[in-house]
Amino acid sequence: MTANSNPVDTGRKLASKRSGRATTRNAAEARAGLLLSTPFIVLFLVFTAWPVIQSMYMSFTDMSRNDVQTPFAVDFVALDNYVRAVSDPIFRKAALNTVIFVVVGVPATIVAGLAVAVALDKGINKARGFFRLGFYTPVITSIVAVAVVWRFLLQPDFGVVNQMLAVVGIKGPNWIGDENTALFSLIIMSVWRNFGNAMIILLAGLQSVSWELHEAAALDGAGTWQRFMNVTLPALRPTLLFVLVTTSIGYLQFFEEPFVMTQGGPLNATLSASMYTYQQFGFGNWGYSGAMAYLTFLVILIVTIIQFRVTREKG
Amino acid sequence: MFSKPKTRWWLYILLTVLLSMVMLPFVWMLLGSVKPNSELMASPPSWLPQNPSLANFQLLFEKASFGTYFVNSVVVAVVVVAANLMFSAMLGYALARLDFPGKRIVFGAVMGSLMIPGLVLFIPQFILAANLHLIGNLSALMLPFLVQPFGVFLMRQFFIGLPKDLAEAARIDGAGELGVFFRIYLPLAVPAFATLGILTFLGSWNNFLWPLVVSVNESTYTLPVGLALVANGQHQADYGLLLAGATVVVAPILVVFLFLQRFFIEGIATSGIK
Repeated sequence: MTANSNPVDTGRKLASKRSGRATTRNAAEARAGLLLSTPFIVLFLVFTAWPVIQSMYMSFTDMSRNDVQTPFAVDFVALDNYVRAVSDPIFRKAALNTVIFVVVGVPATIVAGLAVAVALDKGINKARGFFRLGFYTPVITSIVAVAVVWRFLLQPDFGVVNQMLAVVGIKGPNWIGDENTALFSLIIMSVWRNFGNAMIILLAGLQSVSWELHEAAALDGAGTWQRFMNVTLPALRPTLLFVLVTTSIGYLQFFEEPFVMTQGGPLNATLSASMYTYQQFGFGNWGYSGAMAYLTFLVILIVTIIQFRVTREKG
Repeated sequence: MFSKPKTRWWLYILLTVLLSMVMLPFVWMLLGSVKPNSELMASPPSWLPQNPSLANFQLLFEKASFGTYFVNSVVVAVVVVAANLMFSAMLGYALARLDFPGKRIVFGAVMGSLMIPGLVLFIPQFILAANLHLIGNLSALMLPFLVQPFGVFLMRQFFIGLPKDLAEAARIDGAGELGVFFRIYLPLAVPAFATLGILTFLGSWNNFLWPLVVSVNESTYTLPVGLALVANGQHQADYGLLLAGATVVVAPILVVFLFLQRFFIEGIATSGIK
């Protein structure tokens, strides 16, 4: 009888004891969580959040190099810096160059990376790791260093590219010294350096493509190309989206290539938005520079959102 | 049955030709780094160096203080890697396993900062560094990079994948929440540390815009900054010297890559898929 008399009470006691323990546990967890987050929160507030706000504020002022110590004793100029950027022929040229660099360079990089990834995944059985390693090598190297090397390779008189062309009777152009070929040369170099990155990620994505679907499609009489378009590509969509977004964000900010190879020349043919932003910083026009940086940021945001939308609709 | 693909010999030839083209700049860099300028400017070009010498490297280290730049690059990278491992593991664990107020905001901050370009940050960061009198000091190169969103995300994903019961067992033994993290989970994170450490080292070693902005004199140049300024300065046409400089920047990374390639490739691939 006694054992049966108050099972409900015992249950309640147990429950309240458990929830009491859970509360202390929750409090301990909350304390630990906040403590472990503290380094990030502090560094984030000081070196990311605050600069994002300050540079937005700065872009609406006439801040210059002379205002280092008093960054808030500056004149508010509203949208003047933005208006100035949009009507500045040099910035327009730099923006156009950046657009060309992205619109040509990103698809070229991804197509090259995808072609090599598919070849390595399905085309060969041996030495896959060796090729993967080789094609990935340029990705890990400093852009400054490879730009120095490429400047030498593309030198018009004794550069190895033109000397090789000369062997087959072609007189090579003054690659980075000619207004018409300079930007194109930088794009080629960037594709060379970055396609391995697309390859590695797409190669990992290809592992999720189902062999059964391929088999079924083949039985239905689908050729290799049809199977690639209808089975492989749809399965790769999320991976392709990731590569598309990250490559575009990177290319929208290209900077080292013109800095080392051409200094933006000849005649601003390779001046990028980033490089012009940096130059204006160097001239001391910080408010103006901040406005241009924000315009680049805005474009990055828009491109990312559009790419997510487009891919989601199709998916 | 659907057979595995046949080995296509033409594909091997195509891939080999492509790989040679991809490797050519590196081969040319290494060979050129031990050639004098006269040989580099010869026509037709010589492949193998006629009189290989280390004169270019000697000049870099004696005249252009590449020794200092090298030490700076190493010191900055080591501190940045150590800080990232620690701080990313801390926050990564908290986000993966602990419930605390503001957790979603912190996670939002991590993901949001992945999108913010350095271009937007560098002028305010420069103002900050100047007002803290850190310009001309190596710490200015490290501070903005001590914890990076990519690392936090990677560690979070890693900790989510570890079993939860380890924590329960330790709690029953009387361990506090911090003890569970530091004594149980942190030691298990070593494989993730390898990947994160290598990728962070690489990012720091190749970083350019911020070191360029904040280095007002030679004493705090890193290798890419030193090389870029030599390449744009009075040595613009000293190709032997520049190729040797590029070799100094690239060679350590290539060596590390050859030995630790697994971690690079795993890291990139997982970050892309998740």
